[in-house]
Amino acid sequence: MSEPLLRIRGVRKQYGSRLVLRSIDLDVAEHQVVCLIGGSGSGKSTLLRCVDLLEVVDDGTVHLGESELTDPRLDANLARRRIGIVFQAYNLFPHLSVLDNITLAPRRVHGVPRRQAEASALELLDRLGLADKAQDHPDRLSGGQQQRAAIARALATEPDLLLFDEITSALDPELVGEVLDVVADLKQRGLTILMATHEMGFARQVADQVCFLEDGVILEQGTAEQVLTAPRQQATQRFLSRVLDHS
Amino acid sequence: MDFTTQAAPPDEDYRPSARERERERFRRSRRRRNTWIAALCTLFCLLALGAAAVASPGWERVHSLFLNGAEFRSTLPEILRGFWLNVQMFLIAEVLILGLGLLIALVRVTRAPGLQPLRLAATVYVDVFRGVPTLLLVFLIGFGLPALRLQGTPTQPWVLGVIALVLSYAAYVGEVLRAGLNSVHPAQRNAARALGLNERQTLRHVVLPQAVRNVLPPLLNDFIALQKDTALVAVLGPLEALRAAQIKADYDFNYTPYLGAALLFIAVTIPLTRFADRLQRRAAQRTWAEAGR
Ligand SMILES: Nc1ncnc2c1ncn2[C@@H]1O[C@H](COP(=O)(O)OP(=O)(O)OP(=O)(O)O)[C@@H](O)[C@H]1O
Ligand SMILES: [Mg+2]
Repeated sequence: MSEPLLRIRGVRKQYGSRLVLRSIDLDVAEHQVVCLIGGSGSGKSTLLRCVDLLEVVDDGTVHLGESELTDPRLDANLARRRIGIVFQAYNLFPHLSVLDNITLAPRRVHGVPRRQAEASALELLDRLGLADKAQDHPDRLSGGQQQRAAIARALATEPDLLLFDEITSALDPELVGEVLDVVADLKQRGLTILMATHEMGFARQVADQVCFLEDGVILEQGTAEQVLTAPRQQATQRFLSRVLDHS
Repeated sequence: MDFTTQAAPPDEDYRPSARERERERFRRSRRRRNTWIAALCTLFCLLALGAAAVASPGWERVHSLFLNGAEFRSTLPEILRGFWLNVQMFLIAEVLILGLGLLIALVRVTRAPGLQPLRLAATVYVDVFRGVPTLLLVFLIGFGLPALRLQGTPTQPWVLGVIALVLSYAAYVGEVLRAGLNSVHPAQRNAARALGLNERQTLRHVVLPQAVRNVLPPLLNDFIALQKDTALVAVLGPLEALRAAQIKADYDFNYTPYLGAALLFIAVTIPLTRFADRLQRRAAQRTWAEAGR
């Protein structure tokens, strides 16, 4: 097997005196979906933000393919073009139509001509069931539609790696499904995804690997079956029983 | 639901890896390089400007008329005494402006039909006083108000000057605050009302703090402008910094006192500006933190 696409080694992140990530080791192979689970405040978002270079790591390395993202000599903007990220909420630019949201980066950053960018954006929107919303502004969309549009925007630059940070947790339960269907579809198409999620059922369905984050380290890692059904660590068991009780 | 995980305790035995130390060295050397570049560019610009000034044909005259060291030292204490009056006028005016400005802003954003006449008055007030040049207003109030010979109107020039400044600036500050009030998301008001807070409590504890936070930079900008504009009161004659400098300059046929007055104003506005920058950065960081997760 070849090198994993994303390789995280010994990543450490501290906010002031608060140590959030102690030492994270994590691999994401190409065409895999890896789910991060863990309690609120365990550092899932922080880890994703470190990978997308929105935060500077305090130690350790992150490699994407050949290049080391944590190299300070690296141009962060160039590296970020290979990564798409979708947050929990507030993703879309409210002053632009859905179509313009999606074509902004292809046109301005990648220099794709307008026609071509719009054609592929419409194709994307069609695939995500949003074809009729292209000209609408984000405030006219439901939460689920907004998140799907945000995913379309992240896909528009054809990134090597997608980062999703609890993209369904701001949604009504009935809207969660439509967004998760999109993610499952992306997995079918062979995209590489690292996502933080609270949706254990979904993780079980689509994740190739599940990682449980606690105390600033990945406490347990394995297939969804292993981690979610037969966790070895007590902390994982405690976490799962708490989460499953509530859902 | 309690999904909260305690943060891991800071670990004492952590040692940065070789890679991290190397990165830190690189960052430090780049910071050093950037500092050098910044310093050299600044120095070069200053030298070029200085050389251009000194080489100009009128430099000798300017030097003796504007940059006279002895004159500077002998007149500064007097100007400084005058400047104290500027500071006092600034402080008093500021408090009154905030009060009046807030009142205007609140009147303009309410929708109660009974307040229509007040709303109209506030609108007219803002239109008029924002439209009249501040200096003109100082003249009008300074000479016009005493001329009315009304019972109880103040006659000290500096008080009249402060009244003029308050009337002019309250119109600006009122508009800034109104923009701030409108910038608070309606959901915030609903959230507060849903908690059972009444209209006044909602305004006082939820809407106003956010409104002020949103418009703090433009608000401070107006304060800084006001601090300078206290010098306009000089036309009415009170012995503030500009007037004191003017008297000295006329007496000695030398303009250096003006430079002294200018330096005093700068000495106050620069810290104010830095303070405004800092507040702005803090507000930006907070917005970032909210957007990041
Ligand atoms: N910019 C910041 N400054 C200081 N502390 C921060 C900052 N961002 C995050 N933290 C802290 O880091 C910890 C991890 O936060 P993070 O957002 O990564 O958690 P999370 O696992 O994503 O939680 P959730 O499931 O609630 O989204 C939290 O304790 C948080 O308070
Ligand atoms: Mg998070």
